[in-house]
Amino acid sequence: MKIKLTKSATALVTIMLALFPALAAVAGEKAEDNYRTYCWQCHGMNGDGNGINVRDMSVQPRDHTYGKEMASRSDDELFMAIKEGGPAVNKSVLMPHWDGIFSDEEIRDLVRYLRQQCRCEHGKGTSD
Amino acid sequence: MSAARKPVGLIVGIGLLVTLIALPAQADNKGMEILEARCSGCHDLKGPAPATLKELWARKGPDLFYAGNKYKRAWLESWLQKPKRIRPAGYFYVDHIKPTEDGDVIDKSTLKPHMALSAEEAHDVAEALMSLKANSHLITKGEYKPGKISLTMGEMRFDKFRGCMACHEIEPGYGGLSGPEVYTVARRLQEDFMMSYMRDPQAWDPKIFMPNMHLREGDLEKFVHYFRALSEEDFE
Repeated sequence: MKIKLTKSATALVTIMLALFPALAAVAGEKAEDNYRTYCWQCHGMNGDGNGINVRDMSVQPRDHTYGKEMASRSDDELFMAIKEGGPAVNKSVLMPHWDGIFSDEEIRDLVRYLRQQCRCEHGKGTSD
Repeated sequence: MSAARKPVGLIVGIGLLVTLIALPAQADNKGMEILEARCSGCHDLKGPAPATLKELWARKGPDLFYAGNKYKRAWLESWLQKPKRIRPAGYFYVDHIKPTEDGDVIDKSTLKPHMALSAEEAHDVAEALMSLKANSHLITKGEYKPGKISLTMGEMRFDKFRGCMACHEIEPGYGGLSGPEVYTVARRLQEDFMMSYMRDPQAWDPKIFMPNMHLREGDLEKFVHYFRALSEEDFE
């Protein structure tokens, strides 16, 4: 009986340890941190589409601070562009799928973060 | 007298045999000692890969715990003696860029050269690195079948169709800067590894900033053909 209890306890600890990283992953990263890590390379540190990768690009990455342009995109379009890449919203192939890295919840957070950056809402223009 | 000599000869013989058998293992151990003493500060020799952004940001150099499944041994030995930057913006580009009026640029003052090893050290370290074979389940040995593609068609696929040039240079001074250069990749990396990594980068490195490009199976092999063709060009 004693042995069985020890085994059960060990199994429980193992399961908890295995689940902990998974639970952490479900919680997701902050949008600001994801943006800095993954989006800066093309969209730039200021979010204006002037990242270090643009030098030889055939299409300039979106300027996320340009309210007028960003307001013409719905939240669903922005979500699709991040999740499935530019071609999913008839935009450039240079914008890749990010579904291998971000959860849907993280993408929704990123869309909210973009709305803060452009200080705009879909169809309403900027708040400036 | 002769009875006393026989065991001595036997002992010497066994000793020699043991030494000969142990020599490669010693090179391995010597290499591993160097790795642990001088390389483990920047490179993870044990894994697993970062599972959070905090861990990703703390990483200073490429993970080496699957080096034996990733690198070509000859390249390792030669590069370790004469290291040359592979990623124009450093290992994690975020740490090496700054904004300017004309857009972000690489802050070269933050880029530090990689230490160089002697020929003997490089030999031993390359030997030891090739023994680090985590993630073997992600590799299908012999999956890549050599073939050819013209540089023009390869570039068309890599750049126009798939947009990979956004982050990778396809020749010195041409292409994106946040990722490693691809014009030398076929000299550096094993073909089967490239196939596996391009198929699913996050299987190797969950938080890496190279996205899963959803490449078709046919693309994977053609990309490796392209990288091999690029590696034969003399860009120096």
